[in-house]
Amino acid sequence: MIDVITLILMTTGLIFFLCGSIGLLRLPDLYSRLHALTKADNLGLGLLLTGIALYQQDLLFALKLVLIWLAVLAASSASAYLIAQYARRQETGR
Amino acid sequence: MIITNMLFIDILLVMSILSLAWATLTATDVRRSVIFFIAFGLLVTLAWARLQAPDVALAEAAIGAGLSGALLLTAVQLRPRGTLPSEALDNEKQNRSNRADLRSSAAIRWAVTLLCIVLAYILIWALLQALSSQTNDNLAQSVNANLANSGVSNPVTAVLLNFRAYDTLLELAVLLTAVLGIFALSEERAGYAPAGAVFNGLVSWLVPALILMAGYLLWVGAHAPGGAFQAGAILAAAGVILRLAGKPDIGLPVSSTSYLNIILVIGSGLFLLVGLTMLALGRPFLGYPEAMAGKLILFIETAAMISIAATLILAFIGGRPHNREDG
Repeated sequence: MIDVITLILMTTGLIFFLCGSIGLLRLPDLYSRLHALTKADNLGLGLLLTGIALYQQDLLFALKLVLIWLAVLAASSASAYLIAQYARRQETGR
Repeated sequence: MIITNMLFIDILLVMSILSLAWATLTATDVRRSVIFFIAFGLLVTLAWARLQAPDVALAEAAIGAGLSGALLLTAVQLRPRGTLPSEALDNEKQNRSNRADLRSSAAIRWAVTLLCIVLAYILIWALLQALSSQTNDNLAQSVNANLANSGVSNPVTAVLLNFRAYDTLLELAVLLTAVLGIFALSEERAGYAPAGAVFNGLVSWLVPALILMAGYLLWVGAHAPGGAFQAGAILAAAGVILRLAGKPDIGLPVSSTSYLNIILVIGSGLFLLVGLTMLALGRPFLGYPEAMAGKLILFIETAAMISIAATLILAFIGGRPHNREDG
């Protein structure tokens, strides 16, 4: 049962990663690319880590994965903001 | 089944590393080349992890991909446009005035390629020789046999800080020489503009987290992957982030030259002091007594971490920090 749930969670996570990567390659401009990549990948990573945590069934291990996820969330949202802000400044010539 | 799965991942990893290396070398834009190099470093980290060398993986992630990437990016930023080799080459191509130069540079390029190929074959040959002779395993065996006497249970730390402590002492001396070279050659670069609210928010929790992580890596080095070099690189990353956020200080006592000097020297200095004390007590140089080895190693590693971190931060800012109090 747990194997099946893990499989479903991880497959869904990988689909989100795939969507994010396709978005990065296919979308026309920087802002929409950032939008696709950060959102899809953050959710994808969350699902992937939930799957791994369920599979391992170890509370301390799961806690570490949650910490990793939170760190990636904060870092990726902050860096997406910084990249977008830099691009915006270049455009407006400030 | 699991073995074939991992083999698939390994092949994918090797191919990605090779193509990223190729992309790094052939990218026309130097900035792009540096970005590829950082990605290359991250994949090499994965490769080290797959080779079951977590110590090397940690060092590669912190120093190879992280800090070297930051150093290279600032180096690219520093040079005015048109002076980068690739851009200069473009100009030459457009001018077509120095055809002889171009031809000779092509000749040099071929000669270097040929030399690299020869070197690669020699390395492959040496590796095959080493793999075919079983005597090499003696080193790992003798380390494991003496691990109990070293004061730590992580074989990598045991080799670095006990069995071959001499090498590590000299490495710290090399770092000290490097920082003296940086002081002699250049001035501190101007800092960045103060960061906005979002980046400041990230910095306000990321820097304490990095300091905590450096302390953890230093402590855990005794029995698991970690140690002074990894911890020092993480600590330096905290300093680099402070610098990027436009903070006036970088985690170093910038207003006091003598404090800064002490921080830079403390790693190799304390190491040397411990070594000489052992000599004075009638033991071999850096031959710790078994009962105290663990404590001495932690002591030396703490000092080494501080010096390593300071060295790396100063390499990033490019020179002796200006005395803020004088103006």
